[in-house]
Amino acid sequence: MAKRKIFPDADAALEGILFDGMTIMSGGFGLSGNPEHLIAGLLRNGVKDLTVISNNCGADGFGLWTLLNNGQIRKMVSSYIGENKLFAELYLSGKLELELNPQGTLAERIRAGGAGIPAFYTRTGVGTVVAQGKPVEEFEGALYVRETWLRADVAIVKAWKADPEGNLVYRKTARNFNPNMATAGKITIAEVEEIVPAGMLDPDQVHTPGIYVDRVIQGPSYEKRIEFRTTRPRKEENA
Amino acid sequence: MPWTREEMAARAAGELQDGFYVNLGIGIPTLVANHVPDDIEVVLQSENGLLGIGPFPYDDEVDPDLINAGKQTVTTLPTSSFFSSADSFAMIRGGHIDLAILGAMEIAGNGDLANWTVPGKMIKGMGGAMDLVAGVKRVVVVMSHSDKEGNPKIVERCTLPLTGTGVVDAVISDYGRFILDRDRGELIVQELASDLDIAFVRARTGIPVRAA
Repeated sequence: MAKRKIFPDADAALEGILFDGMTIMSGGFGLSGNPEHLIAGLLRNGVKDLTVISNNCGADGFGLWTLLNNGQIRKMVSSYIGENKLFAELYLSGKLELELNPQGTLAERIRAGGAGIPAFYTRTGVGTVVAQGKPVEEFEGALYVRETWLRADVAIVKAWKADPEGNLVYRKTARNFNPNMATAGKITIAEVEEIVPAGMLDPDQVHTPGIYVDRVIQGPSYEKRIEFRTTRPRKEENA
Repeated sequence: MPWTREEMAARAAGELQDGFYVNLGIGIPTLVANHVPDDIEVVLQSENGLLGIGPFPYDDEVDPDLINAGKQTVTTLPTSSFFSSADSFAMIRGGHIDLAILGAMEIAGNGDLANWTVPGKMIKGMGGAMDLVAGVKRVVVVMSHSDKEGNPKIVERCTLPLTGTGVVDAVISDYGRFILDRDRGELIVQELASDLDIAFVRARTGIPVRAA
């Protein structure tokens, strides 16, 4: 019965749920923990006028950048542009709508969306443009700004392993926004490096319970591009 | 002689105390990790979901699933932990992080800080900086004292869009180490780079500078 969640590939998993103008959440921090194959599926599908909620927007030639480059994204909800020149240029020239969120506010808005909490108050952003037009209230002598939940028509996330029920385990810092976004999609699709048989994930170690996950695919291979490969030299053994 | 980046990072390491949980920003603040005194233990937090950042990996240890907030490859320590972005910022916003060391484009005598955009020209995004300055117990800025045109970056009132209001506790620049007295809007000298005097710093600072 649980096998109903497993789909053969990205195109099959995206079948019948995409429409122009929809809102998509996409996990990842920089290029770590990106749903590479589902993003490629969105590119192939050509669905457009997208509002994309993601901390970044890929990087030169990789990930969500390819959708931006293909003109499929109308609006980004993000926290960081950094070195992504295309993202900065499209925004500064007025060709892309952008809602910049503090990273913690972004994460908490997504968490709140998945938990059915329409709004919450935070210190972050008080006295800055982020708080403009939003209610500010005093609690125990300090000011807090009200932020609202974020939800998506479809959330695409990347995990390390899944079982047929859609329980997910992430690997290292590739976890980032993925477990939060998995809870906030009307439909959540997870792509993983390995789908393991039932019984192979320790229930104590599951990060995302399968209730949040509707569809699962196993990616054929992962590029996992590194933005800044930083290493240290090995000391000479006999030095 | 103004301090180099490494010298500034070494001075910033003087802010670390035994048992501190610390978040280091991108750039010079990241270098602070190279200068942790041998007799204290600090735990470094990376807002993408890692507590206990280890050294940069050897070439054959590089793992694309293990990066810091600057997207550099890192390693773990025997006591490291991983968590989601929402959990990471619960640590930051919940007041569990003792110290943040980060860069700035402009800071004001009242403790205001700006470091994420120059309207119409440059947009980097605030990333986790707004959450950090609002949530951690102490905020130390490490930056060049003047901008590329030689104008002061420490000013009476910030002109750039703010990251946070009334948040800066101390500043380490290439000219010296300072406490910011936010009530009086004054910079208090703790240490000056060798050969620099207070008159030199006053001429390049937009708020009063006083000796300790």
